[in-house]
Amino acid sequence: MSTYDATGSAARRPFSGRRARAGDLILQGVAGLAALGAVVLVGLIVYKVVQGSRLSLSTFGLGFLTSTGWDPVHSQFGAANLIYGTAITSFGALILATPLALGVALFLTELAPGWIRGPVTALVETLAAIPSVVIGLWGILVLGPVLRDDVMPQLHSALGFIPLFGPSSSGSTIFTAIVVLTIMILPIVSSISRELFLGVPAELKEAALGLGVTRWEMVRGVIFPYARGGVAAAMILGLGRALGEAIAVAQVIGAFNGPIHANLFFQGNTIGAELANEFSNATSNLELSSLFYLALILLVFSLLVNLLAQVIVRRVARKQGLVAQ
Amino acid sequence: MSSADLSVLQRPNDRLRRRRWVNRGMELLAWLAAATAVALLGIVVWSVAKRGASELNLDLLTKPQVAFPVPGGPQGGLVNAFVGTLVIVGIATLMALPVGVLVALYVNEFAPAVVRRGVGLTLDVLNGIPAIVIGIFVFGLIVVGHGDSGLAGSFALAVLMLPLVARSAIEVLALVPGSLREASLGLGVPRWRTTLGIVLPQAVGGIVTGAVLAVARVAGETAPLLFTTAVGVSAGADWNPTHPLASVPVTIFELSDQALESQHAQAWAAAFVLLMFILVTSLTARWLANRSRRKLQRAA
Repeated sequence: MSTYDATGSAARRPFSGRRARAGDLILQGVAGLAALGAVVLVGLIVYKVVQGSRLSLSTFGLGFLTSTGWDPVHSQFGAANLIYGTAITSFGALILATPLALGVALFLTELAPGWIRGPVTALVETLAAIPSVVIGLWGILVLGPVLRDDVMPQLHSALGFIPLFGPSSSGSTIFTAIVVLTIMILPIVSSISRELFLGVPAELKEAALGLGVTRWEMVRGVIFPYARGGVAAAMILGLGRALGEAIAVAQVIGAFNGPIHANLFFQGNTIGAELANEFSNATSNLELSSLFYLALILLVFSLLVNLLAQVIVRRVARKQGLVAQ
Repeated sequence: MSSADLSVLQRPNDRLRRRRWVNRGMELLAWLAAATAVALLGIVVWSVAKRGASELNLDLLTKPQVAFPVPGGPQGGLVNAFVGTLVIVGIATLMALPVGVLVALYVNEFAPAVVRRGVGLTLDVLNGIPAIVIGIFVFGLIVVGHGDSGLAGSFALAVLMLPLVARSAIEVLALVPGSLREASLGLGVPRWRTTLGIVLPQAVGGIVTGAVLAVARVAGETAPLLFTTAVGVSAGADWNPTHPLASVPVTIFELSDQALESQHAQAWAAAFVLLMFILVTSLTARWLANRSRRKLQRAA
């Protein structure tokens, strides 16, 4: 329809070459500026965060990464326990979420009857739409008490000989944060894995099944090897999401800035949570700058994680000659 | 393969039986995983609905927040937070949508392949930067020197929206059939006229649904607003974006940390309204997106 309109107006009012060229240049220029703006924006983000952390960088240097404690009174700031907390919550969530996500993806691509696939796919992806502050509210007021009363004591009495499963005292713990993060990264890992599994050529699957293997053996022998690289990228993207999550973790982890400990059933802290809790309360320039330094660590992590995932995705796509994502 | 091997496959024996049991076990685990994922959604939504729906009342949307609530005292509402979110998200959309569409137009219609990949990578990187880092960036860029304002919060949300809007617009524009462009160009219509008059109108439905999804995504964001437009408790509804504005997510975040039952109740009610808004808009947009994508694919 619009084709007809355009030809009509073009016929009525022919374009002079100069006007046409000027229009082209203007549109291309404006659109190009917008694209350039996006690139500049990323650079500006890096610049501003580095600029803000300069004071802390020059005061503490790399020692910031290996020292512990957040003491505004004595101007001693260190990120070691925060980095540890960020790593243990993110990897914990990844360990819980990955098998779950692969199960969901296999269910959606191989097992589910046709009519159930669409709705379940939509439901799992809806999980990603829940705002982190709402998951955090649920985590602190509903999940935390349940874990404290019914899950952590049992795990402690059964597996207490492992230091990870120590005694529990409250609902705001590292473990609560791990469960909350698991819920938040599950949809990412499962939706990317689902797309990867859908991309496995039907001939390969049929050939395996035709040889008489069971469905699980086909999954293990054909689907997993085929999608391995992509699943790694999906896990890395999930990890990146978990590393950067601040709000929900801040609500449930208990903001404990003491020494590093192994007990998952105790309070802890992460970089994101520390930023969410402390940034507005910074009392000195050095503290504010140290918080910028924390943001810089997060920024570097997230850039590395994303570039790594991109590299993997591209390599896999090239190898398989298909366009992933 | 020898015939002896084949007979092994045909006659059930212990080995085959074990393989079948392993298979059944694994299938059961996959079913359980899917059931768990759906149950998690159900549990979270149900928890919020159960606690939030009963606290819903007109006061919540019409009365301002009480600065220092006491048990049994007046409850007040959260009108300042709802108005603030409306203003902040509205302005963020006005900032991100045109820029995002222009970026997509550039990538799809003008850019050479190398530049296209570069911009695509930039959008992915931007999308991967944690929201809290964006908040701190905007704090350093605008709030230092100009103070908190709704506009600073809008800008932070716009930075989050930009890659979402641009990505979805790029996808939709790529589906517009090349034959349309060629027909228009072949008739002597200049490139800019073709782009704005032929290509863009074909994609406008998809671009709008992409924008709605982006709105649903950032309306619940707390981290970018925490340091850019946070206020204590303001006197009432404030529509002026140059003031620091309250917002629904930040208010929930602060209320969840308070001691009073009545404050938790307000947090649940606000969370319920926010969640319903997000679920309804994102599910509707997703449905519309699927429909228009199918339509465009059929046209192509």
